[in-house]
Amino acid sequence: MKRYTAKGKIPVASLTNEDGKTRYTLVNKLLLGLSIREYIIQALRNPMNWLLGAIFAIGIPMLIGRFINGLGSVTHASYDYPWGLFLGVGLFVMVPMSASGFMLGTTVELFGRKDFKPIERLALLNGLLGYFFAVVYLLVDLGQPWRLVYPMIVSFGPAAVLFLVAWHVATYLSVQIVELVPSLSEWMGWKKPQVVIKGMILGLTVAGIILSTLHQGALGALFNYAPGKVHPLWYSAPFLWFHFLCSSIFAGLSMVIVVSTICKKTMAWRCDANFLDNLDEITFGLAKGCVMALSTYLIIKIIAIAHDSDWYYLLTGWGAWFLFELLIGTIIPLVLFTFGIKNRMAGLVRFTALIALFGIALNRLNTSLITFNWKLYQEIPHIKEVMITITLYAIFIATYRFILYRLPILYTWQSSEKVKEEA
Amino acid sequence: MKSLNRRNFLKSGLAGGALATFLGREKPAQAREFSGYTNKGTGVLVDLSRCVGCRSCEAACNREQNLPEPDVPFDDFSIFDTERHGGLKRRTSEGVFTVVNRYNPEELDHPLFRKFQCNHCEEPACLTSCFVNAYTKTPEGAVMYNPKVCVGCRNCMIACPFYVPAYSYSKPLNPIVEKCIMCYPTRLKFGKPPACVEACPTEALTFGSRVNVLKFAKERIRQHPEIFVDHVYGEKEVGGTAWLYISPVDFKKIGFDMNLGHQPIINYVKSFLATVPMVLTIWPALFAGFYRLANRKDGLKKDNNEGAREESQS
Ligand code: SF4
Ligand code: SF4
Ligand code: SF4
Repeated sequence: MKRYTAKGKIPVASLTNEDGKTRYTLVNKLLLGLSIREYIIQALRNPMNWLLGAIFAIGIPMLIGRFINGLGSVTHASYDYPWGLFLGVGLFVMVPMSASGFMLGTTVELFGRKDFKPIERLALLNGLLGYFFAVVYLLVDLGQPWRLVYPMIVSFGPAAVLFLVAWHVATYLSVQIVELVPSLSEWMGWKKPQVVIKGMILGLTVAGIILSTLHQGALGALFNYAPGKVHPLWYSAPFLWFHFLCSSIFAGLSMVIVVSTICKKTMAWRCDANFLDNLDEITFGLAKGCVMALSTYLIIKIIAIAHDSDWYYLLTGWGAWFLFELLIGTIIPLVLFTFGIKNRMAGLVRFTALIALFGIALNRLNTSLITFNWKLYQEIPHIKEVMITITLYAIFIATYRFILYRLPILYTWQSSEKVKEEA
Repeated sequence: MKSLNRRNFLKSGLAGGALATFLGREKPAQAREFSGYTNKGTGVLVDLSRCVGCRSCEAACNREQNLPEPDVPFDDFSIFDTERHGGLKRRTSEGVFTVVNRYNPEELDHPLFRKFQCNHCEEPACLTSCFVNAYTKTPEGAVMYNPKVCVGCRNCMIACPFYVPAYSYSKPLNPIVEKCIMCYPTRLKFGKPPACVEACPTEALTFGSRVNVLKFAKERIRQHPEIFVDHVYGEKEVGGTAWLYISPVDFKKIGFDMNLGHQPIINYVKSFLATVPMVLTIWPALFAGFYRLANRKDGLKKDNNEGAREESQS
């Protein structure tokens, strides 16, 4: 794609052609204004596509096999570890990393911080896709996925935390879809939805905050059901939900930093100046948010240990592992973020965001898998389970990229009037 | 087999005169410890000192519940040597609702056997964690599962403190949770004792109303302090269970989890559940307030900038 832009091809960013008269057709838009041949050539030139292709070639047959031969054929079908990688990665890691949508929504729409506007849509999209794929992972993991809507319409277990998660993720997913309708309608050239949603945006944003606060916490509270199974250092009945909520804040923000960096590096042609020029400033802003969340998180982590007097466990092997997680996932990012912001080193901040993401993933996997059943034994996931998890993540990336290439997320859509003016 | 109904118990119970005062003191203490203690349903006492590991209960359960042929026949005792992942003993699984395991505690010169199945908790964690309400606790005390609504999230397996529910992972189309149902549809409903209880040749299993079974257990401990440790497992654990155990050795040595505490599992979740209405009521007002604050600032700024912007646009 870079080569085409260099040759003077402008990726579609408005409803009409450069001359301002002919409207782009849907095919034009889908092919980014290239001819089919050009499109295929650029796609083949991208090594990422080859990697994705290879993953799909191995993973998709396994995924299909899971639905034909049952969960037992691709997982270790463990009674002691009912939740494996699909939920460990797909739900517990994906969802906090998708907390970006509601946070940037709040910052821009509620707190009126228009300086974050250029990244708002990316954050919303990150949230939407993250949640959507969390549901996809869930569908793969559920024994009877076709009954996913049962908690909504057939049978209610309102005292269950998962009930809350199900309802909230479903509602929040719709909220996020609505929040992103403006991008889609700009691209499609619809007018009406934009006006309607403009009026709803405040309500949607507040709904987003409420739902997110609750279900991010609820994911932690799911493990409240297992006081004897999750290791005491990771378990804390009064604090677990708060740990999950608080860490989702910096997880979401770090994810936006990382994704925006990737966008800047690999699809600069798609970003407009508004995005590229403001990105460093925004990155520092996001990092400041991370620092606040990280320090709160560190404090409540320590409070939780003090509250349950788990100090003794710190001296055990699990304790060392816990300290490692705390160091890599909280303390180091905290120090590096602060240093990076102070000395205005955008590169360092970006790298730190990556560490923070690793830390958060480690924390979620520790809670849901690694220290789970610490009194029994450690389960190593089935190779096919690993492969399917990777495949689903690859589909996530491919979808993400597909949308970023097209919808006005990283760039501002030029309304037809403006194009005419310029012409 | 020993079936114990209220009348039977009273007969035997009256024999021990001191018992009444003993129980009179004990009850209010329980009531303070946990709420929701029903005292209504039935229960089974497993006297581990009497179990000989014949596996008759396993066989009876298999027959009663129409479970698949076992991998190892029920008269093959080499099964006690099997170890699964992590050096653990056998557990309930797809098609196996109850297992008997052998332990060799050093203070005894003979092995000890432990029957194990769903404990039919008084406040079942499986029930409270299920988001489609697939579980019910019948008035008779059985914890039942409804495969027709189960989505297969397996949260109940996460929540069960005793690692009881198993999942039929091998079935692609309609995998379900499999666990002991206390023979409810075929027996308990009609006041009959479960099949495994009836099959036990050594009267290690005693069926009756939970209250009576509990009294009976305590009476046995009182009469034979030289045999039993002074603890009825399941009386208070995780809010009490319908199946109770008495043992000649420390429960820890024969695979019982002694760290479960007396709180029902749902109590651990209550701190979170309590925040839900708070967030729902406080957040909207709070953030609407923030919005107005932020936008007032914005409005001021706009006034200053408006003029300039209009000029540049025209
Ligand atoms: S033992 Fe487990 S499965 Fe049985 S009732 Fe209690 S929580 Fe539920
Ligand atoms: S697996 Fe089925 S029964 Fe168990 S919690 Fe999920 S929906 Fe309920
Ligand atoms: S009560 Fe019935 S279902 Fe449960 S272990 Fe005994 S025979 Fe099996």
